Amino acid sequence: MIEARDLTKRYGDNTAVDHLSFTVEPGRVTGFLGPNGAGKSTTMRLILGLDRPQSGTATINGRPYRSLTDPLRTVGALLEAKSVHSSRSARNHLLFLAQTQGMPSTRVDEVLDLVGLHAVARKRAGGFSLGMSQRLGIAAAMLGDPQVLLLDEPVNGLDPEGVLWIRNLMKQLASAGKTVFVSSHLMNEMAVTADHLIVIGRGKLIAESSTQEFIARSSDKSVLVRTPDPARLTELILAEGGKVTDGEVAPGEAASSEASKALAVTGLAAPRIGELAASAGVVLHELSPRASLEEAFLELTSGSVEFGTHDPGGQQPGSQQPADEPGHASVAERSAR
Amino acid sequence: MTSATQVAPVSPASPTAGRRAAGFAHLLLGEWTKIRSVRSTIWSLIVLVVVSLGFTALFAALTAANWNGPRAAPRDATILADPVNSILGTGIGLGQLAVCVLGALIMTTEYSTGVIRASLLAVPRRIPMLAAKAVVFAALIFVVGEIVTFGSFFLGSAILHSHVAVSLGQPGVARAVIGTGLALTVLGLFAMAIGALIRHTAGAIATVIGVVLVLPILTGLLPGSWGAHVNAYLPEQAGGLISQAHEQAGNLLTPWQGFGVFCIWTALLLIAAGYLLRRRDA
Ligand SMILES: Nc1ncnc2c1ncn2[C@@H]1O[C@H](COP(=O)(O)OP(=O)(O)O)[C@@H](O)[C@H]1O
Ligand SMILES: [Mg+2]
Repeated sequence: MIEARDLTKRYGDNTAVDHLSFTVEPGRVTGFLGPNGAGKSTTMRLILGLDRPQSGTATINGRPYRSLTDPLRTVGALLEAKSVHSSRSARNHLLFLAQTQGMPSTRVDEVLDLVGLHAVARKRAGGFSLGMSQRLGIAAAMLGDPQVLLLDEPVNGLDPEGVLWIRNLMKQLASAGKTVFVSSHLMNEMAVTADHLIVIGRGKLIAESSTQEFIARSSDKSVLVRTPDPARLTELILAEGGKVTDGEVAPGEAASSEASKALAVTGLAAPRIGELAASAGVVLHELSPRASLEEAFLELTSGSVEFGTHDPGGQQPGSQQPADEPGHASVAERSAR
Repeated sequence: MTSATQVAPVSPASPTAGRRAAGFAHLLLGEWTKIRSVRSTIWSLIVLVVVSLGFTALFAALTAANWNGPRAAPRDATILADPVNSILGTGIGLGQLAVCVLGALIMTTEYSTGVIRASLLAVPRRIPMLAAKAVVFAALIFVVGEIVTFGSFFLGSAILHSHVAVSLGQPGVARAVIGTGLALTVLGLFAMAIGALIRHTAGAIATVIGVVLVLPILTGLLPGSWGAHVNAYLPEQAGGLISQAHEQAGNLLTPWQGFGVFCIWTALLLIAAGYLLRRRDA
């Protein structure tokens, strides 16, 4: 289990992570979704004790990473940035990590087999392709057979076969009861990989829900209504077959004030809500058709071509990759990171 | 590449069965694997040995050939006054730059390659990683350093044999020879500490070389006796006193005091490096 409480990280004036709180439960794959620059990698480094937050805490199984006595047997991490010396062999990289934990060198061979790097184990890591480097990173993460795994954009640079391999690996680990926390800026990838989603944008939490629920909600258009008489308006909307929730989900919107309460309405269009309010004499302070979660997400990713829709089986705009299995969205990407 | 889509079974808790938390000996082993498995180590040590022995031999041979030659009198006098210091001060004086470079690289490449993140994930308390690295590196430089200093001593004294007779049995000689290897070791740690503080290869190497070669020249320009006093306490100048078999008249410190000053400088820098290693983002 991973718990982040009120994490904030600033680099100069740039707030990379902004009062972020969430919990990652064991036994399922939790996706960490957000556009490039949203703060995913920074959050992972904070959880791993590599960077220091300005405020907040992160714990793994109840303890800060820096106080773990058996770190690699507790947590395995694949970071976004390369962390291998180019003139050191894959085997020696894993060997020194194993030695620091008091593990036998046979464990190194086991993980090399696991990721399919046995043949190149004694080659310089500097000559590895991106995909091979990712596999080496996964091998390092798996070294201690940890209960908790953090994988930062693990499918980056992998061929479709590799993508499928990682996806299966994560599912298998989660079903073995491990905590699997995996980041991606691709909603498609998360839709087929993750059971649960934590979505962030500009360092802030946008949504946290099951993947199914997220997709369902993303397809609903909602309307934001602000009124001093929420009870009456809710009654009217429910009577018309609409649905009302607290309207404070989207980022960057003010919470309800004293004078008026924000409601998110689904199932009714904005003009119809306006008519209902007018006919009943209910005052509205705001009536705005609001982007769905996905649109909110898309807005944050604007300019990023590799981000597509969640439409299952559909082709992404801007991606030439064919779907790698039937019924699944294309996930391979030539990323621009 | 072999890439089975089938996931190999995750091995059943084999690495976790009946284990104890890894100790400092494990960290030493890990750092040893790190240091021996990159080319820069091998190359730096080859340069250290070849340059030290090569230039010691070259200097001794040129000196011997030109003994009593025109305008050689002051030089010959210097050599006669402390032949050991002259032998150890030439080739090793150049070869020690390889130790400076390797010491800096051993930390800065952790940052330039990103290995520092893997290292710190494995040792999240951080200081033990730095300590293990320092111990392993110091042991390596001590062994190679003593080989180089003894080798230089025997080589140089053999070539100069017909002009000056030196042996390890003479007063101060064994201390100077062994001490020069020790000073090389401390120099390596000094460079490593600067590498850890600066974290960028070019900047760290430039700083180390600056402190070793340039700073003494600058402080020499200070007015009056200031220059001599400041100079005496500079890391490299103080550390270099150990190579003198005979203490010179103007020395402000004894050889061991000088070595102690060098050790204190190095210890302070390592402490600062450890402090910042814990504070800074990796
Ligand atoms: N070490 C750093 N120094 C300065 N700014 C950083 C650093 N790391 C990340 N940032 C900034 O923080 C923000 C979040 O980055 P990052 O965590 O890498 O996002 P993501 O992984 O979601 O793409 C970006 O604006 C990025 O430029
Ligand atoms: Mg990232």
